[in-house]
Amino acid sequence: MIFELIPSTLRMATPLGFAALGGIYSERAGVINLALEGMMLIGAFGYVIGAQASGSVWIGLLVGISFGLVLALLHAVATITFQAEQIVTGVGINILALGITEYLLPTSEQVKGLPHWQVPFIGSYSFVVYLLPVLMVVSHILLFKTPWGLRLRAAGESTEALEALSLSRVKWQYLGVLLSGILAAIGGCFLASEVHYFTKGMTAGRGYLALAAVIFGNWRPLSGVAACFLFGFATALELANRWNIPGQLLNSLPYVLTMVVLAGLVGTSRPPASLGKTNF
Amino acid sequence: MSNFSRKIESILNIRKVSISLFRDGIPQIKRLFVNCIPTFLALSGFFLLCGLVLYIRGQNPLEFYSIILVSGFASFDDFGYVLFNATPLVFTGLAVAIAYKSGLFNIGCEGQLYIAAFTAAWIGIHLNLPTFLLVPFCVGGAMVTGAAWGAIPGFLKARYGAHEVINTIMMNFIAFALMNYLVTSVYQEPNQMIPHTRQIYEAAQFPRLASLLPGLPQSNPLNVSFLLACGCVVLCYIFLIYTRWGYELRLVGNARDAASYGGISPYAVTIWVMALSGAVAGLAGVTDVMGYRYRFLDNFSSGWGFTGIAVALLGRNNPFGILAAAILFGLLNKVALDIEILLEVRRGLFLAGQGMLIIWLVSMERISRKMNTFLPR
Repeated sequence: MIFELIPSTLRMATPLGFAALGGIYSERAGVINLALEGMMLIGAFGYVIGAQASGSVWIGLLVGISFGLVLALLHAVATITFQAEQIVTGVGINILALGITEYLLPTSEQVKGLPHWQVPFIGSYSFVVYLLPVLMVVSHILLFKTPWGLRLRAAGESTEALEALSLSRVKWQYLGVLLSGILAAIGGCFLASEVHYFTKGMTAGRGYLALAAVIFGNWRPLSGVAACFLFGFATALELANRWNIPGQLLNSLPYVLTMVVLAGLVGTSRPPASLGKTNF
Repeated sequence: MSNFSRKIESILNIRKVSISLFRDGIPQIKRLFVNCIPTFLALSGFFLLCGLVLYIRGQNPLEFYSIILVSGFASFDDFGYVLFNATPLVFTGLAVAIAYKSGLFNIGCEGQLYIAAFTAAWIGIHLNLPTFLLVPFCVGGAMVTGAAWGAIPGFLKARYGAHEVINTIMMNFIAFALMNYLVTSVYQEPNQMIPHTRQIYEAAQFPRLASLLPGLPQSNPLNVSFLLACGCVVLCYIFLIYTRWGYELRLVGNARDAASYGGISPYAVTIWVMALSGAVAGLAGVTDVMGYRYRFLDNFSSGWGFTGIAVALLGRNNPFGILAAAILFGLLNKVALDIEILLEVRRGLFLAGQGMLIIWLVSMERISRKMNTFLPR
């Protein structure tokens, strides 16, 4: 019973996981990233455009990532250089991405999906699915075991400490936001490659769900991605609904869980100290 | 002097205190002018960009600009549609602004307006009462549920320090799921494929303004809820500037420590501000259920809650500014529809422009604040 749900759980959790990893990089650097939703959407859009124009899925992936980067750059310029309110900018970028994609391509033709890898005992999945755990571990090591990660986190925790080492806060925050653009866009590419087409608003709140996973996982890559798998499992349960529980209620389980965790009723959740701070 | 009139006077006296919040010496007119520059820059940038996109598409941008003027102002009918489009945005804009004035972000207007709209529809379907009872019940019920939906994130913020942005977003999705469940599984109109409820009693339906104004044709959907919106703008202005509560709200937003030193509990303010914001956002849902569709339709709002953020930004959180900004967005929605038909430009262009507008406005906020600081005294 549970085993039947594994394939759909993996498919649901992978785009969330990539976006969540992106969110972790950005938020650890102190920039709230509500724009994950828009970055995923534009990534999916870029994948379909690129794959359609060139016939190669790799070009599609590249185009998707670069579109995500452009949006991330916009978010970074607005929030870091112009010190704009990060939440409002994020909402603006989501609306922008929704508008651009709807204007240019409301629905697309069929495109090829990213190549699937056959792995013994696990099955045949898109290679992106296997990339997620690797990136998760790499991110954990990068963020918590290397000086590089220490500096990135310092940008979000204590700017004074960073500047005492004569390192630039701006540079590290830009890095965090741009990384989040790349990762969220890969999540979007995967989404489009699995269904083989693009429709307007196809991310349907997954970016926000990824952000919830970031918080649920206490801004840590390992637990953040684990939260994505939990959320993916909830969605898979809803799809394979056999207990007559209304699907919509199952679907809102991740949101309720996140609120409970955020309130500190279960476990602890501590955001980076200067997350969202714009007044430098 | 009676106790009551003394109380009113003490409330009004707050006005004197609030003036001292503004930096003295700078003429208000100059300040207003400086505040308007970024807005005008952003708006002209928006229209230039739209024209540029059309030029690239090989269409005449001048045609586009003339359509903007014609589609909204050619007749009373057209302008009626503009005001009709603006009505829910006035409420969501006010809701965002009220929260923002006290330093809170209400991204949850969308969910609050759905919950409130459903309550209004539920009461309108189940209670067969005369108009003078049913309308207050519907509107009141909607405001109470909207307020409750908004107060939950407020409470979580005040009690546990949980960030209201994430919680309002989560509450949005919970509201969408709940509404979808209720309207498809429990309250769907029998023998209908469309996910909507039965029609509400006629007593709860707002009359259209066409029956009052001679220039409007009967088909025009502009209804009494627009007057409600205008009333709400005035009330909000009075509330924010002239009442004790409005003062507390702004003080918590501007100087939290000073507020708590002065005996105002920022925690209590956080909760009731979010509740008030939710109640006002809920009225946006009421306009659709009681003023236009007369039933609850699943997913009826086309992102009003999020457009409300743009409206509040453009109106610089001033109630009258918000009214103007909402009418502008109402015009843009009307133009988007006309252009889709006349020039075959998809409305996504306007959505993208709206997103760009938000980013510009919020990025220029800091610049305009700097300009304010450097203004000669």
